[in-house]
Amino acid sequence: MNKYGYIPGTEEDRKKMFEFLGIETIEELFSDIPEKARFKGELNIPKKESEMELMRRLNALAAKNVNLEDNINFLGAGAYQHYQPSVVDAIISRSEFFTAYTPYQPEISQGVLQAIFEYQTIICELMGMDVSNASMYDGASAFGEAAYISAGHTRRNKVLVARSVNPEYREVLKTYAYGQNIEVEEVGIDNGVIDFNDLTAKLDDTIAAVMVQYPNFFGSIEDLRKIGELAHDKKALFVVSVNPVAMGILEAPGNCGADIVVGEGQALGNSISYGGPYLGILATTKELVRRIPGRVVGQTTDLDGRRAFVLTLQAREQHIRREKATSNICSNQALNALAATVYASYMGKQGMQDVAHLNLQKAHYAYNRLTSLPKVKALFSTPFFNEFAIQIDGDVEAVNKQLLESGIVGGYDLGTTYPEFEGGILLCVTELRTKEDIDLLVERLEEIL
Amino acid sequence: MRQEVDNPLIFELSVEGRVSYSLPELDVPEVPVADLIPANYVRQTPANLPEMAELDLVRHFTKLSKRNHGVDDGFYPLGSCTMKYNPKRNERAARIPGFAQIHPLQPQETVQGALELLYNLQTELEEITGMDEVSLQPAAGAHGEWTGLMMIRAYHEQRGEKRTTVIVPDSAHGTNPASATVAGYKTVTVKSNDKGGVDLEALRAVVNQDTAALMLTNPSTLGLFEDQIIEIAEIVHEAGGLLYYDGANANAILGYARPGDMGFDVVHLNLHKTFTTPHGGGGPGAGPVGVKKELIPYLPKPRLEKQGDQFVLNWDRPDSIGKVKGFWGNFGILVRAYTYIRTMGPDGLKRVTEDAVLNANYMMRRLEPHFDLPYNQICKHEFVLSGRRYKKEYGVKTLDIAKRLLDFGVHPPTIYFPLNVEEAIMIEPTETENLETLDGFCDMMIQIANEAKETPDLVKNAPHSTKVNRLDETTAARNPVLRFSWADKL
Repeated sequence: MNKYGYIPGTEEDRKKMFEFLGIETIEELFSDIPEKARFKGELNIPKKESEMELMRRLNALAAKNVNLEDNINFLGAGAYQHYQPSVVDAIISRSEFFTAYTPYQPEISQGVLQAIFEYQTIICELMGMDVSNASMYDGASAFGEAAYISAGHTRRNKVLVARSVNPEYREVLKTYAYGQNIEVEEVGIDNGVIDFNDLTAKLDDTIAAVMVQYPNFFGSIEDLRKIGELAHDKKALFVVSVNPVAMGILEAPGNCGADIVVGEGQALGNSISYGGPYLGILATTKELVRRIPGRVVGQTTDLDGRRAFVLTLQAREQHIRREKATSNICSNQALNALAATVYASYMGKQGMQDVAHLNLQKAHYAYNRLTSLPKVKALFSTPFFNEFAIQIDGDVEAVNKQLLESGIVGGYDLGTTYPEFEGGILLCVTELRTKEDIDLLVERLEEIL
Repeated sequence: MRQEVDNPLIFELSVEGRVSYSLPELDVPEVPVADLIPANYVRQTPANLPEMAELDLVRHFTKLSKRNHGVDDGFYPLGSCTMKYNPKRNERAARIPGFAQIHPLQPQETVQGALELLYNLQTELEEITGMDEVSLQPAAGAHGEWTGLMMIRAYHEQRGEKRTTVIVPDSAHGTNPASATVAGYKTVTVKSNDKGGVDLEALRAVVNQDTAALMLTNPSTLGLFEDQIIEIAEIVHEAGGLLYYDGANANAILGYARPGDMGFDVVHLNLHKTFTTPHGGGGPGAGPVGVKKELIPYLPKPRLEKQGDQFVLNWDRPDSIGKVKGFWGNFGILVRAYTYIRTMGPDGLKRVTEDAVLNANYMMRRLEPHFDLPYNQICKHEFVLSGRRYKKEYGVKTLDIAKRLLDFGVHPPTIYFPLNVEEAIMIEPTETENLETLDGFCDMMIQIANEAKETPDLVKNAPHSTKVNRLDETTAARNPVLRFSWADKL
């Protein structure tokens, strides 16, 4: 009787196969491993569990976590809780999608290939850009790769990044840049957006790219056109990292001079899932198409003239160019991109506008109510989308602990990554938050302070 | 069956005024947008996204799924990809709200269950690989490779050593040299000997004081165990270089060998291969890295540690190479791998390797009379054949054989890789396939071999029964059309 449901081979099967191979024991198939390299004994890991026991234990582990469904969440800062329509999970749970490999045999992979082509189109539409790839690992690593594209294209090896960009993105950018000997210099902030004096002072013809976020980490709306003009004046590329949900109401970065648009697509139908797997967006102008890393799907015809889709421009990639490839990326976040495609199609032309509108209005309602509390100040006075920063006189961690007792997950403690904003809280309000949720936050915060 | 008409793109099914979405009414006082956003940043032209009713949307994607082949549909013997069964309980685990709906920036005391799972997975992977510490942060195998190389770089730099080369065998996967380039290294290739292993003389000739690392997969991409691994480790270490293990083929050695015991200093694993997390049509995956103690200081930050009975993310890592990804790793994928490892236990993982290796050897010997076998020795979990005789004698290429297999409802093996075998066909059955499937596939391959001799056009013009015929990939690359345009629709 077999012990493992995932391994069909029975003792009978083994007997037949051993006989065919002319061996007596399985050991004979491992004689190629030299003694010195052999692992003897048993792996010191826990013994197997039946599905029932395992699920019980996993549920218990999960129950130790405070989850966003059971609480009222105001935490954003790079990972966003939006409504995930039921159709998304229904589609990505179809095993023809999730158990498939990369579509290298296009004749039997038209499903995935067409879905990616639709994804690429949707990204281009949202961002106002010419070309999108099939996705990167996440927003942070896409941001890092944008520096590579810029350095390669301009043949310069320094980039400027605004301090108003997500601190994690700046950290990942530094790691990526170090590998390629690209210098990263930060540009200061003023009232929650890029400091133009500092930018102008630092921009010269050694700069490959100016990199900003839109809306930025504080939720504020950067003046993209102005930044883009300054960058282009010095022949630097303009890189913008975007929140795709904001594209339902904000002007597309492609219409504001962006050369490369990156960003985090998690907000488009993907679970927040403790930080991953997420969805790195990467789109460019047509001039940069041959420098794009990662997979790209193109339209073509089959030998009989039928329209079909295929992975293309593969000469850029690692499996062809090897050490001369534009990047080492071998995969994409296909299933997350599919989720985003289903989400954006489900929300549709009007829905993406409506959800952005809800985010905008609810966030501003929260902002107005909170900043009218005597002990709460707005940190900045710049226009914002669905995130904003307030200043309190107190310890943010302690305040958040107390809020949690009322079932509220509080905002991001800005002092942890911006020492000058000690006591600053970054709050996010999405379409999920009701007026009652927001009123409760205001009421509790007033009590606590 | 060939499709009669082109399959519509979702944009072509769009009809103005139809909707799928449902959102609540605004419940807070509305403020004019003009008061909130400067006019020149208010979007003038909305994104042109589909407008469809929900059933039409679902039908569209359902139809797309049926134009795709996954592991659940049929045999998928892609060498080097380990297309084994993706357990459904893993999917259930990842969707538990206490895992799927937690924010990465929540205070650590509110996510102790998640951190405990990750810590246990970390520990189990350390044991499985024989490494001292593991980081779960990298998002994919290639990402793990680059992370590993960045740590190797930090290691040498801290010792004041300027080393600029990474050595890879000629059978290496493309990501190896690409990752080396991205980490700032140049690549030197070392040739294989006629047993498919690294040629030791050639290795000694290229290893020197400039060698930062040698990257190896073991078993190699040829499916052969590198039995000179101890000597290779000595050669590289003596010159002050480090040894990197590409874990793509870990399915061949679970419980039988561990890279840490073989002399490897840095390791990455592909959870979407060996540990059953689904390929998703191309991703997401996860590529944890493991290191020996000398490299621990360089691991990505933060480090997940256990302090007393609390699990903690430790940011105090002054020598760390930094962050390689947003947040802590592909958590949803890590949950799936954890669930798998606990389902199998130590005996189960060992059995996985035994059957993976048995299945591959069985198929290799069944197909041996019909295809050239460049390396006639015990293989591990995969093996490489050459279709060269059919090309030479009948003009039938490996590509044609692969396309003909599509007519039989299976996914073809990996073709034209590794590069050092002509007309390569790399087959990896995995342990989750039964004997009837293995025999069935061998019978198909033998039938196609006969067709190549007797009715070669049948193979050269394959596939015959798929929805679309072979594609014009040349035009796709020459005149790339990478998005739908409404101008085309008119």
